[in-house]
Amino acid sequence: MERAVSRDATLLVQALRDPTSVAALDAQGWTALIAMARAEQLIGTLAHRLDGVAMPAAAARILADARGSAIEQRRTAVWEAEAARRALAGVDTPVVLLKGTAYAAAGLAAGQGRSIGDLDILMPRRTLDVVERALLDAGWEWVKPDPYDDAYYRHSMHELPPLIHRERDRMIDVHHTILPLTARVTPDAEALIADSIALENGLRVLSPEDMICHAAAHLFADGDLAGGLRNLWDIHCLIGEFGVAGLVDRARRHGLSAAVARAARLAHALYATPVPERWRKLSYTDRLYRRRLLARDGWGRPTRRLTRFGFYLRSHWLRMPPAMLARHLWTKWRKGYRPV
Amino acid sequence: MGFRVGSDWRAPIAELERLYAGYPQPEDGIPDFTVRLFAARPWRRWLRPAVTLGGDFVLPDAAPLPLAQGLLAAEMAMNLQMALGQRRYLLLHASAVERDGCAVLMTGLSGAGKSTLAALLGARGWRLMGDEFALVDPATGLVHAFPRLVSLKNAAIDVVRAALPEARFGPLLAGTPKGDIRHLVPDAEAVARMAEPAQPALILFPRFGFDAAERGLGPSEVFVRLTQASTNYVALGERGFEAMTRLVREVPARAIDYPDADSAIAQVETLWSAL
Repeated sequence: MERAVSRDATLLVQALRDPTSVAALDAQGWTALIAMARAEQLIGTLAHRLDGVAMPAAAARILADARGSAIEQRRTAVWEAEAARRALAGVDTPVVLLKGTAYAAAGLAAGQGRSIGDLDILMPRRTLDVVERALLDAGWEWVKPDPYDDAYYRHSMHELPPLIHRERDRMIDVHHTILPLTARVTPDAEALIADSIALENGLRVLSPEDMICHAAAHLFADGDLAGGLRNLWDIHCLIGEFGVAGLVDRARRHGLSAAVARAARLAHALYATPVPERWRKLSYTDRLYRRRLLARDGWGRPTRRLTRFGFYLRSHWLRMPPAMLARHLWTKWRKGYRPV
Repeated sequence: MGFRVGSDWRAPIAELERLYAGYPQPEDGIPDFTVRLFAARPWRRWLRPAVTLGGDFVLPDAAPLPLAQGLLAAEMAMNLQMALGQRRYLLLHASAVERDGCAVLMTGLSGAGKSTLAALLGARGWRLMGDEFALVDPATGLVHAFPRLVSLKNAAIDVVRAALPEARFGPLLAGTPKGDIRHLVPDAEAVARMAEPAQPALILFPRFGFDAAERGLGPSEVFVRLTQASTNYVALGERGFEAMTRLVREVPARAIDYPDADSAIAQVETLWSAL
């Protein structure tokens, strides 16, 4: 059974999509499912999805632990957001939360059981110097000691170099837009902030359409699809909760139509997300993405090295012009970084 | 706690199968954690084979070990899963032995002698609960056993072999990052009773290489030392805090210095009978 079910992460996707499908699993199937879910940072989400489903006692215990751990992560993440709010109270614009912390703070389905690592916030670019100063004064410190990395972030990226809090050991990423400055697409960062929604505690989150646009941009217009199954699950939950009204127009405004359409097609294909008819058929290229998203075996190992490497190169191709890309990859290679 | 261990090489698995032969299989056939020992580059499987530690939870920069130390790599990788991934119990980096349903926990820096003392007490009628991690259940306050292979280092190897001439040992792993290591297989009682928890009754902070001495510690010092000895205290949040403060409030703690094993054993027995 294990050989059959754990060649790729279909098993995990199936369990998230249809919790009753786990009834067919034997011990090896459960072991593979748990290893894949951990490797894809989806164990808490899976535990939440499978809550109340009949399963062997050993699996139930592991998933109960994962649920407990997700609740604790959520509490820590929301507290960290509050710490940032306090530190940045003197800045004249409010803090907009992004990704996992935003889903948790806003009580969205995408946040249920989700693992949350760093705190991601969005601030207007003009405020960055003040924000940086305020965070340093409040106990955050630089983590990138390498001057090349630091300069790369400042000149080319959509965020400050990451900072870590010296007492709480938590990382913060301060974004001023949602894609690198050197990317070919330029989302409307001012609109993201202007149309954000206030929570009770004074923090803000993106509007539903912008949340989907950001998740799609994060998944397809940036990065090499690491953690892709989780990001796609976010999109599945967001579309499930908010629908797609106004999404097409909003995506066009940010130059993210293609990314949003692909996200919708793949979410439908993998998680059966309810989307309009035109987003229900995968293109040939979509199938490559699916192949990459599912590249994980029953031991939690990354598989399909060539596909992964292809997407690694693609992520950089999207991120910067060719000459700059060549220079960047050469510099990183000399510093000993190896992608796969 | 059950583990699934995969390896690019046969040898480490064969060692584990031999040394853990008397252990039960994971409940329902579903292990809590997956561990993988693999060659980071394909040629490292044969050419100066180097074992990289993998599994559900990994440290980014863990250095690989030579294949001759494959057993150590497997043990380290299993410990890593516990240290980074275990969320059911408050985890203390401590050894534990039990008598009459009550447990002594011994914790300290590497080289303090917690494994050695646990093994020697095991040879004197105590039940060995574990030499690496003590698992405190936040719901009950009880300590659960985790009796894996006991990792003995350098001079401790011969001391324990002399005390336990009948016991089974793993191969001598010479020249590891922590010196020479040899694993002791816990006795049949430790394995048979591993599901039996115990009431924590005494917390010891042993220190090897000093004249025999003993002192009490204030609750704040015990608290700080135990949080340092715990790998998941922070991640457990309030449950961790409750379990930790309960332990500090209810269980007496002593720091003991000792020049040799005999004197340490005598100190532990004296403190025990005074409880």
